[in-house]
Amino acid sequence: MATSTKSVSESNDYKWVGTSQVRPDGVDKVTGRASFGADLYAPNMLVGKILRSPHPHARIVSMDISKAEALSGVKAVVNKDDICDLPSEMVPAGEMMVNYRDITRNVMAREKALYEGHAVAAVAAISESIARKALSLIDVEYEVFPHVIDVVDAMKPDAPLLHEDLITAGVEPAPEKPSNIAKRMEFSQGDCQAGFAAADVIVEREFTTKPVHQGYIEPHACLANVAEDGKAELWCTTQGHFIARGHCAKLLGMDISKLRVTASEIGGGFGGKTVVYLEPVALALSRKAGQPVKMVMTREEVFRASGPTSGAHMRIKMGATKDGRITAADALLHYQAGAFPGSPVQLGCMCAFAPYDLENVRTVGYDVVVNRPKVAAYRAPGAPIAEYAAECVVDELAKKIGIDPLEMRLQNAAKEGTQTVYGPKFGPVGLVETLEAAREHPHYRAPLGKNQGRGIASGFWFNIGGESCATLNLSEDGTAHLVVGTPDIGGSRASLCQMAAEELGIDLDKVHPIIGDTASLGYTFLTGGSRATFATGMAVVEAARDVIDKMRERVAKTWDIPVDAVVWEQGFARPASSNAGAFEPMSIAEIAAMANKTGGPLVGNAAINAQGAGPSFGTHIVDVEVDTETGQVKILRYTAIQDAGKAVHPSFVEGQMQGGAVQGIGWALNEEYVYGEDGKLQNAGFLDYRIPVCSDVPMIDTVIVEVPNPTHPYGVRGVGETPIIPPMAAITSAIEQAIGIRFNELPMSPPKVLAAIEASNSAVADAAE
Amino acid sequence: MSKSKLHVATTINGDSVEFLCEPQQTLLDVLRDELHLTGSKEGCASGDCGACSVTFDGRLVCACLVLAVESNGHKVETIEGMADGENLHPLQEKFLEHSALQCGICTPGILVAAKALLDIDPDPTETRVRYWLAGNLCRCTGYDKIVRAVLDAAAEMRAN
Repeated sequence: MATSTKSVSESNDYKWVGTSQVRPDGVDKVTGRASFGADLYAPNMLVGKILRSPHPHARIVSMDISKAEALSGVKAVVNKDDICDLPSEMVPAGEMMVNYRDITRNVMAREKALYEGHAVAAVAAISESIARKALSLIDVEYEVFPHVIDVVDAMKPDAPLLHEDLITAGVEPAPEKPSNIAKRMEFSQGDCQAGFAAADVIVEREFTTKPVHQGYIEPHACLANVAEDGKAELWCTTQGHFIARGHCAKLLGMDISKLRVTASEIGGGFGGKTVVYLEPVALALSRKAGQPVKMVMTREEVFRASGPTSGAHMRIKMGATKDGRITAADALLHYQAGAFPGSPVQLGCMCAFAPYDLENVRTVGYDVVVNRPKVAAYRAPGAPIAEYAAECVVDELAKKIGIDPLEMRLQNAAKEGTQTVYGPKFGPVGLVETLEAAREHPHYRAPLGKNQGRGIASGFWFNIGGESCATLNLSEDGTAHLVVGTPDIGGSRASLCQMAAEELGIDLDKVHPIIGDTASLGYTFLTGGSRATFATGMAVVEAARDVIDKMRERVAKTWDIPVDAVVWEQGFARPASSNAGAFEPMSIAEIAAMANKTGGPLVGNAAINAQGAGPSFGTHIVDVEVDTETGQVKILRYTAIQDAGKAVHPSFVEGQMQGGAVQGIGWALNEEYVYGEDGKLQNAGFLDYRIPVCSDVPMIDTVIVEVPNPTHPYGVRGVGETPIIPPMAAITSAIEQAIGIRFNELPMSPPKVLAAIEASNSAVADAAE
Repeated sequence: MSKSKLHVATTINGDSVEFLCEPQQTLLDVLRDELHLTGSKEGCASGDCGACSVTFDGRLVCACLVLAVESNGHKVETIEGMADGENLHPLQEKFLEHSALQCGICTPGILVAAKALLDIDPDPTETRVRYWLAGNLCRCTGYDKIVRAVLDAAAEMRAN
């Protein structure tokens, strides 16, 4: 049950990078001190609540808010008239794009309510009970329309139309009639027809997956305060407070710099906190009431009104020669976008076959709107869905040919120089290394019992860079404040401080991090795309080198020698050689103490747009046991292997791998949105939407592989997203080995597994008669 | 709804505390909104996530499933009472040492629940820890490091 790290680079002699230190915000988080989204209270604060549509699809004919406004204790009522209508404009949100026309309509319905739970109005009152009463006094007249929930149904010509003006993009010539198909896209290389003609074995399968929610334990929450002169402050739980600032300013028609946003501690996000829901509404309420307004979603609201990821229907076809070489791969992906266009299907198209070095590939995707909440990013958005389907087909191909699925992957694995279907060639990547580590792992050869099976699968995610700022403020005693703008969602304060301490050559406990608010630091993109340790890490290294250069200049001035003759080593300025002169090395503390005499405060700055994020590949091995009487699938053993480039804080890297694997286990075995015929969600709570609990899973073994990313000073790749990709296909394969039944849909929950076992048993019985 | 508030006298983390509350307010509502003991978190308000775990006369409960008035005359312990002055509880130390938290929102509830386990079973098996903590959802860690931290803390507490 040990965890190990395998580095393919030469071992580096770092003091802090590559060690697992106690996180700087740790004590606050084990004592209850840390302030999350719902933990702030302001004097004279009101409570805001949202009125939500009970219908999955309805025109808002009229709305009367007068009775709610008249209720004693109600200070403001808002609806679409208090939020700006915006034209179509695409802006990035994590790895996905969002459209302002749709954000404003998702935050507050305008013409129509497009899903059950869609916000239609909001109130602020002096207590929660009065706010709830006020909601019941708002009269909304709806004209109820037929709805559509399933992606395949939504594509039919006679399906209820969500948007009367939605013409499918990406089709030439453009369709004349509107539909629910927002976009078609295609990526291809080589000649699939020729590739399939050269194949000895072809496997073609259809797959269905259900929407799953990120399931962060902290509901969305914020506290807004707008002053009479229009200056505004917002405290919220978010993966990106600069993103939240931009969205809110746009939706409220205010100057961006009039709004200061502070990120609270964040209680999980996984992509789901990259968009705004409550924040613009709270600001609109506060502006109207002239008092601070706090809003917190209930868990039910989180499920009904915040974004899960897409459910999908897919067809995958792959061919291979009898010696295991994959000759062609073809994917057709239909993803639910929810009520507004913008599913992660394009990312699915790009990722589906990315773990393989293929000549002939085609991936076609359709982005389809349905009467469900608008999807949001969820950990490697789009990739787990498409790669699940593709990995299942690779597994089946290998078994049909009679090759070990791991050897088949090794034979076809993407590596440095592999041409991707979406454009670039890979630089150094670590898929082969993860597969070799899997092959060498004792888990891969351990014996299995009755009704037990083993599966493996690999996963790929791009990772992103982007805009990050960092400031290192040196105090008079030589200790430092590190200010960054990426909210710390899983220990990034630790990894960032370790890089700063490494550069400066001082002890880790001399570097004190804070997440700066939007007024204290330059624009910084959100925590997402596995970019915080990579991109903000690059900014931190640059800020540290900036302040080191300034310290060298001060020392050079003091010693009266050229700055080139002063070097920085292990926290000291030293003469570059004996030729430079015989000077006693000066510590940071000494240099900081004389700052006022040598030129003033010492501050290191960086404002970068980080490029060159390194993709991360992973390979997982899982053993399951199927209870043939109940259909329950038990995870017996799990090993997650991943290329981290360089694990700055190995323990938190393992944590990402373990957490992603367990989210994938939930996706594979239990989690799904269940809708009734009435278009309403039936399991909007943690009792019925069952995420894995502690007794559901074993220890998750990890192997960190390190193939350095050449563009990062320490070789870092993002690690957070890749681990959610392999579990679904690996578990599918393991179940097949255990009971001889291959599932092509998720989740493989006990009722479905039991039904399949019973159907298989009766088929065997029929055959015997 | 009655407009009169109810008077409650209780003991929280060893201190006598009096407050006024509405009859429908939960213990969690009062801990957070009236007493500003925000270490107990609300993840679901339905007893499913365990983020509001506290002990009530020594028994582990979800504060969201207890009415505030029910605490009258009883003893409540929250995460804010776990450290002894500057000294963290061994469980708190081990959670930091093992990186057993990522976002940290479930951490207070899990620590309270784990302490309640070690109070009755100083040497639990891994299976016992996993079933005991099955009422505390964590979406970040996959539970591995949490279970290791609890087992390690138990071992250390037995040794001392």
